[in-house]
Amino acid sequence: MSGTDAKGRSRLDPEPSPRRDFLGMSAVGACLGASALALAGMLRLPKVAVTASPSKKFRVHLPDSTPAGEPWVPPGRNVAIFRDADGVYAISLVCTHLGCIVKPGAQGFECPCHGSRFNSQGEVVGGPAPKALPWHAVTVEGSELLIDLGETVKPGTKVRV
Amino acid sequence: MTATNPEKTPLSQFVADLRRVPRRVLDAAWRSGAPTTDRARAEFVFSNLFLHIHPVRTHRWSLRWRTTLGLGAMATAAFLLTLVTGVLLMLYYKPYPEVAYQSIKDIHFVVPTGRFMRNIHRWAANVMVVVVLLHMARVFYTAAYRPPREFNWLVGMGLLVVTLGLSFTGYLLPWDQLAYWAVTIGANIAQSPRELTDALGITGTFDPGGLQRKLLLGSDVVGEEALIRFYVLHVVILPLLLAVLMGVHFWRIRKDGGLARPEDADSRLGPQENVYPVFTQAPLKTYHLAAIVRGRSPVVGKGPENTVPSMPHLFYAEAGVFMFTVLICLALSISLDAPLKEPADPNVPENPAKAPWYFLGLQEMVAHSAFMGGVGIPMIVVIGLGLIPFLDRERAGVGTWFGGPGGPRLALASAAYGLAAVLAVESFAIRFGWLRQWFPDIPQPVITCCNPGTLIVALYAGYSLWIVKRYQSARAGAVALFTCFLCGFLVLTVIGVHFRGPNWDFYWSPADWPRH
Repeated sequence: MSGTDAKGRSRLDPEPSPRRDFLGMSAVGACLGASALALAGMLRLPKVAVTASPSKKFRVHLPDSTPAGEPWVPPGRNVAIFRDADGVYAISLVCTHLGCIVKPGAQGFECPCHGSRFNSQGEVVGGPAPKALPWHAVTVEGSELLIDLGETVKPGTKVRV
Repeated sequence: MTATNPEKTPLSQFVADLRRVPRRVLDAAWRSGAPTTDRARAEFVFSNLFLHIHPVRTHRWSLRWRTTLGLGAMATAAFLLTLVTGVLLMLYYKPYPEVAYQSIKDIHFVVPTGRFMRNIHRWAANVMVVVVLLHMARVFYTAAYRPPREFNWLVGMGLLVVTLGLSFTGYLLPWDQLAYWAVTIGANIAQSPRELTDALGITGTFDPGGLQRKLLLGSDVVGEEALIRFYVLHVVILPLLLAVLMGVHFWRIRKDGGLARPEDADSRLGPQENVYPVFTQAPLKTYHLAAIVRGRSPVVGKGPENTVPSMPHLFYAEAGVFMFTVLICLALSISLDAPLKEPADPNVPENPAKAPWYFLGLQEMVAHSAFMGGVGIPMIVVIGLGLIPFLDRERAGVGTWFGGPGGPRLALASAAYGLAAVLAVESFAIRFGWLRQWFPDIPQPVITCCNPGTLIVALYAGYSLWIVKRYQSARAGAVALFTCFLCGFLVLTVIGVHFRGPNWDFYWSPADWPRH
């Protein structure tokens, strides 16, 4: 048949010659490399540098009527404030599992989403939560409390009023 | 003829031409003329941009309804419905918290046909999820993923993942309670690799979970940045990805030699009147445009073939499936409204906070371990599914339902085992609790690795390996594993939908839920 050589190859698939392709391969490599770098540069954009989030510190007045060991939740905040004989303390209400808001009670906390359960100290007693509920820093400022949701303290830290 | 009449004046010739304009425009657009002969029918398909993704001729095996049940075409039809209705909804939807909720209310109560369009969008999306899953099961049980179709199986898995991604990003947009808590939970699942990095104490230096969460939310908190990101994913990125993958998927069907069929398909079909092969002998080469290529394409060496013209046989079948899909979506949309819950409240999640039904199996697993249920096990399932065509290199049973070693009996036995295993493990966990209840101080990695979800996966994997050994066949093992996972998915979904109530506690019926 015309167009094939002695080895039976047609002119459409000649013997491969890697050396001759060197320049071509480097060109393709450079093109792919440049594209990859450009893409990596573009992917910097979705990673935010500055996040605008509301202040994590706030002042509240703990109602005097709050019974010892009972939770009091400031309106619009995901934290429960307690008062007992040793002082006041604040336990986060954000479930350590997947971020739902747990419901505080005298016995402990229950999560509505996936059934995590915590005791009154915020320690996990059941369900999928991997960690205890964090305790937040409380500072007494006159008759008010300054709660810092951005700062966690060692569980059991209570502040004398 | 008037055109050759010598007494015709230029004016009357002009009038005659004018009258023929519509006819000639049509002829210019559609050169092949009426599809009355096989040659014209072929031209009808390949000279039309929109039809030429179809083959000119279709094998009779592919046209039997029980070969495919029309599921792939149904998924496409459902996608087209969501596409059209979705673009219409975009005219009124505003992706900003609170405003988004109000705009959905406007669509529901004020916009002409808005409520109907939103219902169709929602139901077509649900139909698409169901049909895509069934389509995957069909391809699996007819062993249609075998070479040369392995790559198309992978593309199909990509389509499944993107379909679920579209569903997820879709139900976030109304910014109601369901949406807000789904975003919160989804973003925290993306962050759940911290379960492992925390345990290893390396979260400070290496935190892929935190990065994923931040990329999704565009912030530390769930808010306007998150909504606009999910909106862009839902209306641009994922649909584009889906369209590209669909194009590849369809194109590969053609290039892989059409739908899978058994070797003896022609003798099983028997003769039919008016069907004659185009090639009376097996073609030795494929004639591409660029060059004459050696025997790489699946038609080379096969023939004579048993095909009928796609116009009208295939197109009528597709039109029928399309109409059927539209009918189902319309019937659902007329009778059931798409849900809209209360406006998002960042301080009070719903109780129970349930995802749409197709994610409740996942939610049930997430309720055992966030990382394993939300990331680990889904990845194991996706990787396992992707490996199937590369591990099962057998030939027996291609193109027939439950073909290969074991047959339907193996599938039934596996279904029984799969149901028993998931029911046993779940009943145990529901009745007696799990490690955390018994040993509150147990380290988290132990629970991450050993929870009801991973136990079920291990039981399924062990069973499937035993089947591989027993039948000396990877296909038998694949049938066992796939059937088990289908049963697991089904049972976990039913538990999530029906048997879980407030605080994700177990209840025999929603009627038993405590009232507050």
